[in-house]
Amino acid sequence: MIRYAIQRFLGAIPTLLILIALAFIMIRVAPGGPFDAEKQLLPEIEANLRAAYHLDEPLVQQFGRYLYALIQGDFGPSFQYRDHTVTELIMDGFPVSLRLGGLAMLLALIVGVSLGTLAAFRQNTPTDYTVMGVAMTGISIPNFVMAPLMILLFAVYLKWLPAGGLGDGGIANLVLPVIALALPQIAYVARLTRGSMIEVLRSNFIRTASAQGLPMRTVIVQHALKPALLPVISYIGPATAAIITGSVVIEQIFGVPGLGRYFVQGALNRDYTLVMGVVVFYGVLIISFNFLVDLLYGWLDPRVKY
Amino acid sequence: MGNPLLQVSGLNVTFATNDGAVNAVRDLGFEISRGETLGIVGESGSGKSQTVLALMGLLADNGQAQGSASFDGQQLLGLSSDELNRIRGTRISMIFQDPMTSLNPFLKIGRQMSLVLTQHQGLSRRAAMKQCADMLDAVHIPEAQRRLSMYPHELSGGMRQRVMIASALLCRPALLIADEPTTALDVTVQAQILGLMRELRTDFDTATILITHDLGVVAGLCDRVIVMRDGRCREAGTVDQIFYRPADEYTRELLAAVPRLDFERPQAEVTAVDLVVAQEQPPAKKNDRVILLQVDSLQVFFKVPGPGIFSASQTLKAVDGVSFGLVPGETLGVVGESGCGKSTLARGILRLVDVTGGRVCMLGRDLGVMDDNALKEARSDMQIIFQDPFASLNPRMMVRDIVAEPLQTHQPDLDGAAVNGKVVRMLQRVGLEPGHMNRYPHEFSGGQCQRIGIARALIVEPRLILCDEPVSALDVSIQAQIVDLLMELQASLDLSLIFIAHDLAVVQQISHRVMVMYLGRVVEVADRYSLYAHPKHPYTRALIEAVPIADPEIERRKSSTGLEGDVPSPLDPPSGCAFRTRCRYAAERCALERPRLRMVDETAVACHRVGEI
Repeated sequence: MIRYAIQRFLGAIPTLLILIALAFIMIRVAPGGPFDAEKQLLPEIEANLRAAYHLDEPLVQQFGRYLYALIQGDFGPSFQYRDHTVTELIMDGFPVSLRLGGLAMLLALIVGVSLGTLAAFRQNTPTDYTVMGVAMTGISIPNFVMAPLMILLFAVYLKWLPAGGLGDGGIANLVLPVIALALPQIAYVARLTRGSMIEVLRSNFIRTASAQGLPMRTVIVQHALKPALLPVISYIGPATAAIITGSVVIEQIFGVPGLGRYFVQGALNRDYTLVMGVVVFYGVLIISFNFLVDLLYGWLDPRVKY
Repeated sequence: MGNPLLQVSGLNVTFATNDGAVNAVRDLGFEISRGETLGIVGESGSGKSQTVLALMGLLADNGQAQGSASFDGQQLLGLSSDELNRIRGTRISMIFQDPMTSLNPFLKIGRQMSLVLTQHQGLSRRAAMKQCADMLDAVHIPEAQRRLSMYPHELSGGMRQRVMIASALLCRPALLIADEPTTALDVTVQAQILGLMRELRTDFDTATILITHDLGVVAGLCDRVIVMRDGRCREAGTVDQIFYRPADEYTRELLAAVPRLDFERPQAEVTAVDLVVAQEQPPAKKNDRVILLQVDSLQVFFKVPGPGIFSASQTLKAVDGVSFGLVPGETLGVVGESGCGKSTLARGILRLVDVTGGRVCMLGRDLGVMDDNALKEARSDMQIIFQDPFASLNPRMMVRDIVAEPLQTHQPDLDGAAVNGKVVRMLQRVGLEPGHMNRYPHEFSGGQCQRIGIARALIVEPRLILCDEPVSALDVSIQAQIVDLLMELQASLDLSLIFIAHDLAVVQQISHRVMVMYLGRVVEVADRYSLYAHPKHPYTRALIEAVPIADPEIERRKSSTGLEGDVPSPLDPPSGCAFRTRCRYAAERCALERPRLRMVDETAVACHRVGEI
């Protein structure tokens, strides 16, 4: 187990390096630069600015400089928010995003697993078809379509919930963005759970449990749930990535001041360091999450040996 | 005796399918008294399992049972699941065929056993665990307490079936239903489990229904037997009636299919030469014949990670110094329990696994020094048939493509028509309808699938076929058909066979010579008659003893002191003679010195005490 953990940790380093390199190249390849949006600068001033941020050096050298700082935990200064370092911006936006994403993930797991289990038990009944139909819709409609529709319905017409912003940080402001973010994941988790639950319920050891006279509830909770949830567990990794991606759009639509919004702003302004910072930060987050999920999987399935 | 414990009459089980209703059981009636053992015998699909599943209320959703089944005065059919749950696991218990999949792989043994007690007897977790440990003890599981915190995959197949039996007996049921309890097990383990069931029947005074396709299994254990076919009862009677005075034609067929060990050596038998030890001596009759396959001191070792984080990797010696030769038209049987290295030997010969040491020569050419192209060519002479007929056929390929596939590799320039012609001839050859070549494997029975596997192996006209437990997954009657087919093909095509099985009876029937393996080593090689008539090695004797004989008299007389325990871990084999830990003749010398194969009479045997025992 520990050997496996060490191997995985070492294996993550090249993954991260490739990620950083790709992000670095892509943001530089994008047309324009960090100082284009401002009113026409004098060429000398712009040259001075570029020199100050080392943008006049060869790319390789800049990359090396960036990596060197990164190893020391320094994401560099933001080009756009001149008074802040990228670290400060991340620390400012991440708690909001974490709250949003964490709640969405929780909702996706709880609702998705319950719906999936329900559908598995009512296999090929109207309940099953309804749940799966709704799930299919949830997967098919992109969140940038779903979110405005939800705002229209619940905020504009029904006026039940605020349309955007964080307000005083109360839960009311989070309801719509969390649901919009969680919907596709709920749908996906429900489908996964249904499939694996049906398979587990057909297995021989469930027949044994029934033959032992255990009531259905005990059979499900004690015997079936754990094996049926394994595919869901391994989906948590990809789900994290999906929620992070989704949050970029959702935060923009609902005007939530999270990390995703900084990312979008950064990308539009060619704020090289901010974009890189968020990419690296989220990259590390996703890699560690996948790693944790794998360890969890090994812990849940006694047959898996690392 | 009073009232019967269970009285079944007019039982019908039907399944609603897309092709209309299928009658799995028709008008079946039987009864069983307290403490009695009833055998229900029949081939796959005879409705024997559906009968008991109907009684337990465990039929699939599309299944329906009609008729009457009165258990201790209570009608079982039509009970609600709540009412059934008060009977299942407490008054009637069931054990299933495959203990690996029938135990929950995600729960510790103690947890899944104690659930039964906490549910039915309202015991606390702690009290339940105590009872579970006692029950594991009662089914002779060593270190019962420790097993409670183990998972099923950490136990051997025999142990797992013992756990199944222990779970079933926890609430002291009046009726125990055993659905093919030993079919997935080695013969030696089968003998252990049958012995255990015999013992428990008296200890717990439990009535037992034993379901099996193997008449040999019921001979020693059952009082009465029902023979089923196509959902109907063909014959019912006491065990002696069924075995000694079978009235029904089908019963006689089943009896004839049980492999026998006690046949006579024919006069004109050409004994194949023993090439293990006496390689140099030219065989008297066959010195003009080439040696097809020569295996010299073959070793296949695997590296497995050590137990700790930094501990060095361990070496698993799956095959450790096996030598033999094979002449054209000869069959070598290889027997031994699971984990003895039989399959690895076959894979090592074909170089499907990397060989650690030794040589394999096919027609004098060393396979070990061949490049990939030469090896590919050599392999067209050597084909393999696998154990599980379903799993070894691609379910998404049509029979035609499955059978023709080896031709793509070995004869790529054949055109479609020629391939088709070959496939048709081959299917006819193995007894399949050529018109079925556009069907998929799931449309065939196990025996037919194995025929497809044989056709696939034969299509490139090999000289040698390695049969890796080709009949172990099949019903006894189907086994006999497949063995007959292989023998017939061998005679007409001059094939050489290496026939691997854990069951001596099957091997004996088809083989000229038999090689007995234990923990990667050969312990005895002899021609099939000497091996049965004069087994030299204690392990061979134990294997012969374990084969169930379709004769109640013989079975009842059998001593219960068969081979005990499991094959030791090949990672840590016993010193000296590997078999000594389970050998009743083991002496001091056996622990110190590894016995070599030596000739005794016409047999090569590796045992220090061969002369004394």
